[in-house]
Formats: sequence, C-alpha cells, structure tokens
Amino acid sequence: MSMLTALKISSSAMNAQMVRMNTTASNLANMDVVGSTADEAYKAKKPIFKTVMENNSSKNFEASVQVNGIFVSDRANNKRYDPQNPAASEDGYVFMSNVNSIEEMVDMTNASRSYQTNVEVMNATKKMMMSTLQLGK
Amino acid sequence: MSILQNPLGIHGTALKLREQRTAVLASNIANVDTPNYKARDLDFSSIMAATKSNNMSTSHSRHIGVSNYQALQGEGMIKYRMPNSAALDGNTVEVNTENNLFTENSLRYQATSTFLNSKIKGVMSALRGE
Repeated sequence: MSMLTALKISSSAMNAQMVRMNTTASNLANMDVVGSTADEAYKAKKPIFKTVMENNSSKNFEASVQVNGIFVSDRANNKRYDPQNPAASEDGYVFMSNVNSIEEMVDMTNASRSYQTNVEVMNATKKMMMSTLQLGK
Repeated sequence: MSILQNPLGIHGTALKLREQRTAVLASNIANVDTPNYKARDLDFSSIMAATKSNNMSTSHSRHIGVSNYQALQGEGMIKYRMPNSAALDGNTVEVNTENNLFTENSLRYQATSTFLNSKIKGVMSALRGE
C-alpha cells in the first residue's frame, strides 16, 4: 500500500524537522551562555539528515528521512573582555557561544516551512485514501 | 462484452500507478533538506504505454488475456529529475516543482477514482437491470 508508505514518509520528515526545530531552539536559548574557556562555552548544534530507503525490495524509490546524529559546530568561540563577570578567566576574558543568531533564524523559518509542506502532503494523501475507500458508494 | 470481461478497464492500473507516484513525490518533498538526495519521479505515460503493449494478444475469443502487472513493479521505471538549479549540497529537490506535481498527481488520482466509481455504478445498474 503505497499510500500508507507516503504517510510514513511524511511523518518521518516531520519528525526530522521537529528535531531541527529543537536544536534551533536550544541554540537560540543558549546564545548568551558564557564560559571561562572555549570548551566551557556553548557550541551550536545541528542535526544531520540522511535518506533511508523504505522496504529494500525491488521498489527502491520510497525514501524517508532520518536524523543521523547531531553535529556540534566547530566554529571558534569569540571572547569578550568582561572582568566583572564571575566566569571571567585570569586575564578578564569570557568566551561567548558560537551561535550565529541570523543563521538560526533562517534555519527556523526553513524548518517550519518544510514541516508545513509535509503536513499538506499528509492531508492530500488522506483525502486520496478516503476517496478510494468510498469507491462504489 | 468488454465491460463484463474487464469491467474496470485501464483505470485500475492507472490508480495503482498514481498511488505509487504519490509515494515517490512524498519522498522528494520529505527529503528537501537532506544533502545529496536526488529527486526522482515515475514516467507515467511510458509505464502506461508499456503496460498496454505488453498485454499478450488473444487470437481466439475464448483465450484469456494476460494483463501485465509486472510493469507496475517500478523496475527501471524510476528516473531522476533534472533540476533547474542544483543546490550546493548535492540535493536536487525543488520544493515548488514537487508541490506542483504532487497537486497535479492527486487531482489526476481523484479523476481516475471518479472514472472507476462510474464504471462500478454502471456495472451495478447493468446487474440490477432496473
């Protein structure tokens, strides 16, 4: 039943976009977390998406999405001179998170658009299934 | 007599094919953010043509025709879409194109299922003979 597979594929994409939305939320929430070393400061997290083929038989065209792990950004943490801060190091610097807020906002918009598209696909598929179920009535 | 030998005609095959295409287009839309994913599609008209031409011909009125269902299994019938402008991450899904084709496909599915419905109703009223 390809229709049920289509529903499954859309729901896998919705799950993946939801993970992406969660990482964006964490990144934005922790944007101002500082640390006294670069390792202590918050680092942005990004999900990695991967294609998974549905039923590996002859039908090799039904592809759902899976989150294949979370990538921690290795962009350098900027430091700021702030000797008043309790987290400041010996020479008076704090390390800031390496989150780029513009990037995160773009990611957020993108994720919510993709989520919406998949909801529409699910709705359309459901309508098609219903019309088939009512054949001959 | 053909309405009784094959009451649903080509529409059953078409509906099956439309259903498979729905899953393919749903996969494309689902993988819009996956790096290196290549958009795919079924070539509807060539599969339909293959289904028709592969039907074994019958030379006697009492022979039973073999409808070719194997063509529907999708072997070699799936093709990659040429993108208008490929993304840097190797993904060739263009969400507007896919949305467009998905809507078109579901409209055509509805049309086919309307045809099927009227075929069924036709056979039913012929059987009742009212």
